[in-house]
Amino acid sequence: METTSSPISIQNQSTVPIAAIPILYYDEFYALIVAWMKEPHLHCVNYYAFWKVDVLKFICCLADDVANDIKVLSHEMPRKEKMHLASITREVYAFHIFEREMAENFGIEFINNPWVKPVRYAFNRTNQNNVINDYPFYKIDSEELHEVGVGPIHAGVIEPGHFRFLCNGETVLHLEIQLGWQHRGVEDLFIKKPALIQQTVLSESIAGDTAVGHSHAFINLMESMGNVTIGSRLAIERTIALELERIAMHVGDLGNMNIGLAYQLASSVFGTLRTPIINYTQTWCGNRFGKGLNRVGGTHYPFTDDLAEKLIELLDRFEKSFAPMSERLFSLPSALMRMEAIGKVTKTQMNLIGAVGMAARMAGIKRDVRTSHPSSAYKEYAIVSHTLENGDVWARAYLRKLEIENSIAYIRKLINELKHINGPSPKPRSAADYKLGINSFGISLVEGWRGEICHCAVTDGTGEIMHYKVKDPSVHNWMALALSLRDLEISDFPINNKSYNLSYCGHDL
Amino acid sequence: MLSIILIVASVIFFPGVIVKTKALFSGRKGQDILQPWHDIIRLLKKGSVYSTSSSFVFQLGAPIYFATVIVAALFIPFEENNCIISFSGDFVFFAYLLGLGRFMIIISALDVSSAFEGMGANREAFYSLLMEPAFFILLGSLAMFTGYSSFYDIFASLHYNSYFSFIIAIIAAYVLANITLVETSRLPVDDPLTHLELTMVHEVMVLDHSGFDLGIIKIANNIKFILFSMLSANCLIPQSLDLWMRIGILFLMQVLFAAGIGWFESFRARNKMIMNAQYILSINAVAMILIFAVMIIKNKI
Repeated sequence: METTSSPISIQNQSTVPIAAIPILYYDEFYALIVAWMKEPHLHCVNYYAFWKVDVLKFICCLADDVANDIKVLSHEMPRKEKMHLASITREVYAFHIFEREMAENFGIEFINNPWVKPVRYAFNRTNQNNVINDYPFYKIDSEELHEVGVGPIHAGVIEPGHFRFLCNGETVLHLEIQLGWQHRGVEDLFIKKPALIQQTVLSESIAGDTAVGHSHAFINLMESMGNVTIGSRLAIERTIALELERIAMHVGDLGNMNIGLAYQLASSVFGTLRTPIINYTQTWCGNRFGKGLNRVGGTHYPFTDDLAEKLIELLDRFEKSFAPMSERLFSLPSALMRMEAIGKVTKTQMNLIGAVGMAARMAGIKRDVRTSHPSSAYKEYAIVSHTLENGDVWARAYLRKLEIENSIAYIRKLINELKHINGPSPKPRSAADYKLGINSFGISLVEGWRGEICHCAVTDGTGEIMHYKVKDPSVHNWMALALSLRDLEISDFPINNKSYNLSYCGHDL
Repeated sequence: MLSIILIVASVIFFPGVIVKTKALFSGRKGQDILQPWHDIIRLLKKGSVYSTSSSFVFQLGAPIYFATVIVAALFIPFEENNCIISFSGDFVFFAYLLGLGRFMIIISALDVSSAFEGMGANREAFYSLLMEPAFFILLGSLAMFTGYSSFYDIFASLHYNSYFSFIIAIIAAYVLANITLVETSRLPVDDPLTHLELTMVHEVMVLDHSGFDLGIIKIANNIKFILFSMLSANCLIPQSLDLWMRIGILFLMQVLFAAGIGWFESFRARNKMIMNAQYILSINAVAMILIFAVMIIKNKI
């Protein structure tokens, strides 16, 4: 059954027959991945497994930032009593989260994986005796050191996550982040809810703060697998929504970070600036978070000239408050003292853990799906991507400022382009005139505000989705937060946590 | 007796003015000036909940803390108007009364055996350890300047026969204002508004206190504010003015001080925790300037 051939390379937002993906022997599969991952411009966007009747199929997708393609390779393994594989994590650290997930879901033993800990305690995990209260925390045996446990109930009652600090006085030696308190079973719901509208709404709810980003990834994937092409007007409209979400979230995060700094002026100014942006999204589509906007093949809410005018006006007003406030924030000594050289991570560390999105760009890695694997309007109209080298809280704050300015300029450019394209955009496809290709595999990458969102789907012989896989950027990036905390004062944890603002539900699904 | 009336009158509006100022600076309307007191009254009506891992020590903490602050208030004079308790060397007693209250809060924080509260207790003990010299250098130099060693005598004779006293008074008021910020855990040392336990100093120690206990702790904190600002006022207000004038200036100063704190907290960020020690030591350094100034005026060096 297993054959040897070279892996295929595909473009973002494309579909291939599942049979076209080469099935490699595990030692080749292993050797190829290890060899590729030595290159800094390659990173793993998804590595997962699913049951194809009695065979466990592993699919690994590596994105190449230079060749602008995605390399896909697979491996198969028959159902056995005891399944074990050599651990890739030993060689490529970024694979730890994927191997842990598979170990938990399928009971595979990854030999020599140093950190096989449960990821999310899904209801359908293999070993039901593994319960969250027995999580194997990293322990210390010392009279001088102490442990501080925070959560799972957050002080601001946001989402559940447990943070265990090993401290020497005020200094953190190690932070272990334990997630997996939420059990929505998002990926299974994509199979259980066959109607397109149910799936679309589901994709909007994967992470409440990335409603546009995740639904964008979902509809891109469905359009690719269903062979639906969209006009450039619709692509631009969707991209504007995605960039608006980026602006709203970034400016909200800057506000939140300033609450952490206890700098009241900036926290209230940035907090107030977020509101008009999300209110605009509500004017556009009736929902502040952009739910209902992204639909397969078309839109219910065309971006009219009137809306375009309002948006230009809004962005002008936004910039008038944003520019002076950010200038003041980034020149205020007391604020800079709390940001500079705090929670510093290196480029090497971020490469090792396979960080994506903002977490990669603030540490000097040029990794942006919008430029390396463009989809929607980014294909036609190039966007600039900013990178900073510092890797500290300041870099994470300043990168947000740069990206906000960048997004504003890009939206202006898109609105300008829209004038030459006749509207309005078509209505969404109904389920009747739309069918997914059979026995195929599709992948879609979208740069959400947090980073690269990856959705993968596999269809069966009737064109129904057989397996759906969601990967939020937080899956990679939570480890960056843990690394940031090393040798840092414990009181700097909140500002670091806010500076990453990672998703709990995107991780737990 | 007059000073007690003034303390009570000030404590009613002081916390509200800070909150209101901060609200106005952030572009909000803000709550009623008396809202902090409505909150405290609401807390006082509630019962207290005690953690099963705590002992009687925890239950003693809040009442003793409250009692020490109330007793300390009895030592505060308003210049030549006598206070209720006064004896030679009473400022040492005053400092250690507050110290006892702080000790009780620290051990009641340790008693619940929470990692957060342990950290908060550690920070509080550390900062008050660093703060103590400043307070004693300050009062020691005032004592040296006036030749008396009780609050009443010091303040009654501070501006008696020399205008140099105002140099001393201004430095003393500055040091006292900074001591107030540390003692009551305001910016830049601590952020009283944060909900993040890991960054708190004072607030984290009282996480397990609830209802009535929390209410009296809050009252005591507010009174503490007034105690220190009354001391600054005593330094600054000249005695040559008539009584009503001085009371007027006192209230004006209190409002300005509260508004000043609100302004200060609106336009800067909190210190990095590790910088707090440095900041507190710098207050000690200013206190040292004070003692040198006194020694020069008194021809001791």
